[in-house]
Amino acid sequence: MTGNDAPVPAVPIGEEELQAFVDDRLAGPRRAAVEAYLADHPEVAGRVALERRQRTTLRGQLESKFAEPVPPRLWIANIQAARRARWLRRGRVAAAALVIFAIGAGSGWFASRLQPQQTAAAPATTAVARSAAAAYRTFVVEVAHPVEVGVAQEAHLVQWLSKRLGRKLAAPDLSPFGYRLMGGRLLPADSVAAAQLMYEDASGKRLTVYVRAADGTETAFRFQQEGDAATFAWIDQGFGFAVTATAGRDELLPIAEAVYRGFGGVEGGVRKG
Amino acid sequence: MARDDAGALLEPLIPALRRYAYSLVRDHSAADDLVQDTLERALSRWFLRRADGDLRAWLFTILRNLYISAYRRRRRHGTEVAIDDATPIGTPARQEAALEAQDVLSALDHLPEEQKSLLLLVGVEDLSYADAARILDLPMGTVMSRLSRARQRLRSILETGRTTLLRRVK
Repeated sequence: MTGNDAPVPAVPIGEEELQAFVDDRLAGPRRAAVEAYLADHPEVAGRVALERRQRTTLRGQLESKFAEPVPPRLWIANIQAARRARWLRRGRVAAAALVIFAIGAGSGWFASRLQPQQTAAAPATTAVARSAAAAYRTFVVEVAHPVEVGVAQEAHLVQWLSKRLGRKLAAPDLSPFGYRLMGGRLLPADSVAAAQLMYEDASGKRLTVYVRAADGTETAFRFQQEGDAATFAWIDQGFGFAVTATAGRDELLPIAEAVYRGFGGVEGGVRKG
Repeated sequence: MARDDAGALLEPLIPALRRYAYSLVRDHSAADDLVQDTLERALSRWFLRRADGDLRAWLFTILRNLYISAYRRRRRHGTEVAIDDATPIGTPARQEAALEAQDVLSALDHLPEEQKSLLLLVGVEDLSYADAARILDLPMGTVMSRLSRARQRLRSILETGRTTLLRRVK
């Protein structure tokens, strides 16, 4: 390769061996042979020394990264816990889907039978669903004053509810489903405030979106039927959400999903309430 | 029981995985995302791992494959990431700026992924040539010549301090 007049080593030194030398992976006679070869070939020696230096520099540059404490989200115990929670959640979604597809409207008892034995997050979701359904029943029949602040003042409504709720709120657009916003109101919910947004479709059918601060970890949709009122509720980022309407589950589910996406997408960094 | 076993075996390897991931993506939080995905996948396939195989090599293989598929996906669909996170994986961070001669890590960004991974796995993570070959899915004989070429390229990047000639076309 270089220096034809240099003394030929007993065993020829190849590039592989030089690389292994750079990586400090040669021992004994092979190492000595390479060292002897390099002593006779200053040009190669210079290149090899440079490669060794660069290797050392790279290791040094990454040393602090290696020494960093492992963040909790990478602790195996936490990853395993999250995996288990996901299985449960998936199980719950699967159960809800089963209910949706297997049973027609009006047999919601099965859904409520399915729920109780589940995780600690479930009671919070149930509470949200119950309050939402109660608020729905109270105000949906209201003809004279279905809402406290009408849609004409949507900006004010949204601002007002956001302020009282402690969360930036944007009224989800449900026009793809035929529902238009009528307005909203503020409600008491235990010790916190809840916001109810009311929508109506062309036939006068009403739907509410209910939001309040809620404890508990994030959950998948939870379906609940009380009388005619069907509710999908979930907990996300410290708030409970519920979509309630006099509608079948399969009609309500895509709307709940749209509302979920609307709130999740719009509001990334919500402070826990 | 098996879970504790997984934890005890995996935990000591996490710092090295984080280092490799960070070297690839050059973003601390994206790197931890990658490591998290790697660990999740490893746990979900825990019983599929070869009992006699090297756990470390297996994890590096998973991590690299996840990185590559994420990178390809991003290339195919353009940027889907939020603007804040949009440090394009695997592309030079500073194309115009001359590199500090001592900043070997940044120089690596200008190498093709395979060469970069090879230098990291062999030179930093101290994996055997055989393990590196397995991780990169290369014949054993090819690893040494690729390694040589990678170091040659790295040298020339650091020598010229310029990347223009080395910008990848594909």
